[in-house]
Amino acid sequence: MKFFTALLAGLIFGAGLLVSGMTNPANVLGFLDIFGEWRPQLAIVMGAAVLTAAPSFWAVRRSRRSLLGAPVDLPDRRHIDKLLLAGAATFGVGWGLSGICPGPGIVLLASGHGMAYLFMAAVIAGMWLVQLILNKRALR
Amino acid sequence: MLIGAGTATLLLFNGRIAGVSGILGNVIREAAGEQGWRLGFLLGLLVPALILGTGPALLPHHWAWATGSGLLVGAGTQIGSGCTSGHGVCGLANLSTRSLAATLVFMTAAVLTVLVVRHGGLQ
Repeated sequence: MKFFTALLAGLIFGAGLLVSGMTNPANVLGFLDIFGEWRPQLAIVMGAAVLTAAPSFWAVRRSRRSLLGAPVDLPDRRHIDKLLLAGAATFGVGWGLSGICPGPGIVLLASGHGMAYLFMAAVIAGMWLVQLILNKRALR
Repeated sequence: MLIGAGTATLLLFNGRIAGVSGILGNVIREAAGEQGWRLGFLLGLLVPALILGTGPALLPHHWAWATGSGLLVGAGTQIGSGCTSGHGVCGLANLSTRSLAATLVFMTAAVLTVLVVRHGGLQ
């Protein structure tokens, strides 16, 4: 059951990325290019996504249980630390280079284009490398 | 709105955050317990594009560009615990100051990168 509701959630999310134009890096780069020919449309997409999702966060904060009875796993770390900021900055540079973030990266695999596969392979390699290093530091 | 609805669906039914980098990171980490729902979500992301096609998409032209960008995206989202969906959509919808800080930083970094690449003579 958990698999099917997650699949459904992914389907809706993936369809949203597709119809909103988030999966075309040209749109994303145009959105990020505020000093050039700025295309602000994706700000509306993000704003709408946040507003649509917000009531569900409010609901599960009160109930503490999902509709399938699972405990709700909300991140509750509040601390803004160096890792958070350094990671966000690193991600931002990578995102700005290609206009592809992880969600659209996965959707773009459906294009069958070699560059999309190379990009996602590099994403996974980058994640794996960081996990390796952070694990070693945690063990010390 | 569909992105938000997908996020709400995963949260309401599964009690989980629809952060793509977090889900992907935990799949490769082989985090304890449930991988089923994670794979379900990632598969779901892919299916609409498989049926409808991805439409026009401007992908990197050079392999080094795709690799460098991907490495930074993968490493950055792991170090910073989130990407556009985890911090930008879920975190903001959850009124997290941590996610607001992360979102402002990655947006600024991305805008500056595009500025340098497009207007700094790199492209």
